Amino acid sequence: MSAILKTISLGKSFGGLAAVSEVDLSIDEGEIHCLIGPNGAGKSTLFRLIVGTYPPTVGQIVFKDQDVTLQRPYERVKLGMSIKMQTPSIFKQLPVRQNIHVALQDHVPKHLLAGETSRLLELLDLSGDADKVAGALSHGQQQWLEIGMALALKPALMLMDEPTAGMSPEETHRTGLLIQQLNAQGMTLLVVEHDMTFVRQIAQRVTVMHFGRLFARGSIAEILADPRVAEIYLGKPHEH
Amino acid sequence: MLSLLNGSQTVGNGRAFWISFVVVLGAALAYPAIADSYTVGNFAYFFIWVFMALGLCLMWGYCGMLSFGQTFFFGISGYSYGVLAINFGGGGATVAALLLAVVLAALCALVLGYFMIWGRIGGVFFGIVTLSATLVLAFFIGHTAGPEWHIGGARLNGFNGMKGMDPINIPWFGGESIYFEGTSLYYLVLALIVVVYLALRILVNSRFGNVIVAIREDPQRAELLGYDVRKFQLLTFMVGSSLAGLSGALYTSWGQFITPSSIGMPAAAMPIVWVAFSGRGDITATLVGAFLITLVFQSITVHSQQAALLLMGAMLLTTVMVAPAGFVIGITRGIARFARRRLAGTSVRKA
Repeated sequence: MSAILKTISLGKSFGGLAAVSEVDLSIDEGEIHCLIGPNGAGKSTLFRLIVGTYPPTVGQIVFKDQDVTLQRPYERVKLGMSIKMQTPSIFKQLPVRQNIHVALQDHVPKHLLAGETSRLLELLDLSGDADKVAGALSHGQQQWLEIGMALALKPALMLMDEPTAGMSPEETHRTGLLIQQLNAQGMTLLVVEHDMTFVRQIAQRVTVMHFGRLFARGSIAEILADPRVAEIYLGKPHEH
Repeated sequence: MLSLLNGSQTVGNGRAFWISFVVVLGAALAYPAIADSYTVGNFAYFFIWVFMALGLCLMWGYCGMLSFGQTFFFGISGYSYGVLAINFGGGGATVAALLLAVVLAALCALVLGYFMIWGRIGGVFFGIVTLSATLVLAFFIGHTAGPEWHIGGARLNGFNGMKGMDPINIPWFGGESIYFEGTSLYYLVLALIVVVYLALRILVNSRFGNVIVAIREDPQRAELLGYDVRKFQLLTFMVGSSLAGLSGALYTSWGQFITPSSIGMPAAAMPIVWVAFSGRGDITATLVGAFLITLVFQSITVHSQQAALLLMGAMLLTTVMVAPAGFVIGITRGIARFARRRLAGTSVRKA
């Protein structure tokens, strides 16, 4: 399977601190790829590099066989990338419907816009709250709204940074089902997540980051069986 | 047509609003028939400032860019109209002078806006840079009193101001010209207000309007939805500043003079007060509020300019503390809530 996204020796330093270094990541078209690692491992920074909100210090990003390293975020989005940020990034003072509308308006013919907005709101279970301001939604609903806005762009690659943070177990499970449904329709997903139950539910391949570098990669079973991964998550076992 | 004019970005969208709009417009059209020509001329003067306020409302209220530079573009266009009208020799060329003056303001906005927006100047610094621009222009023009400061036949004339330009006029049959002064200026400016107001309603309720409101809320998210935020901001800045330019050119035509005091610090603060007090989130509120405030301000200025300035300051403070969304919007929403409650009460009693 061909890679939809590749990072080549990608690195980002803030002052003297290397947040991400020498990352060679390859995401195959059509897969659900999970990125895990302890807090501060550089996962969110890597996401920001991929989507373009941080410029890399070194390295290259190739998306759909195009070098996008110097492209601005909106150009990458136009190429087919979409992101759901770690904390809900929505237009909080605007009605829920308008949040979806502004995301959809360039991707749907005008006469279909109202219908498509309603369809998405229904998919997100937000139809009843469509006229509320987005800031009045619960945290979990705000997460769903942002997922909806990211989906409205009909991306080829969806980046999700902790999509289930703050969600109830039921909402988390539903989010997993949604991700699997989107993947079945051909979407590639790169998901950062801490919740290992959720990762088990969705992941086809897993990459582990530690101290800004790629630490391990493989299937979920291989990763869970890797003692080095358990060590960085749980700490080194004491030797007596 | 109404579907283009109405939308989530404007407060008044219903049948009652449009009936009120037609009634107010009808009253405005009939006003010169019942008022004396001096008062009508004064009303034309109050109307002239509305464009500047609408431009700021678009930039600040809709796109989140607080520009203190409306008077910069007002001055550029006002002086340009004077220079062009004098050098073109008056007559029908004054219309070309008006249009060119607004285009010049737009070009200045393009250059200044490009450096600010591409240079990532945002938030409070946007206000500081635009305020600096207007203060520098006022200072510069103030120091052009000598006879060497002229463009063609037009002397800038420092603090005494530029004068001698014709008002806007068009040639008419029989070698006559129609001069837009008094009542005819009133109708010209009223027509321009209607056109600009309706055009802005269409703009803010369009795809473009949805995007600039999204940019106001969260520029990064707007960019991550695939919009080139800088282009939208620059275009908004150009439209808003051009409207200040339209006010400037009309002002010079109205009084046939312009001085640097119309560009300086007190003048620069006025549009902020008008728009903040009226309600920056809605162009109708800004239109109504800006007109009423200039009317009240001018009425008080006749007796005491100091008292009028104090009133402006007090209005700004009261708005910030009591009604941050603006008084015109606040009062309108209050009336609408009251009417809804009364209607609900009536239907409950009927049931």
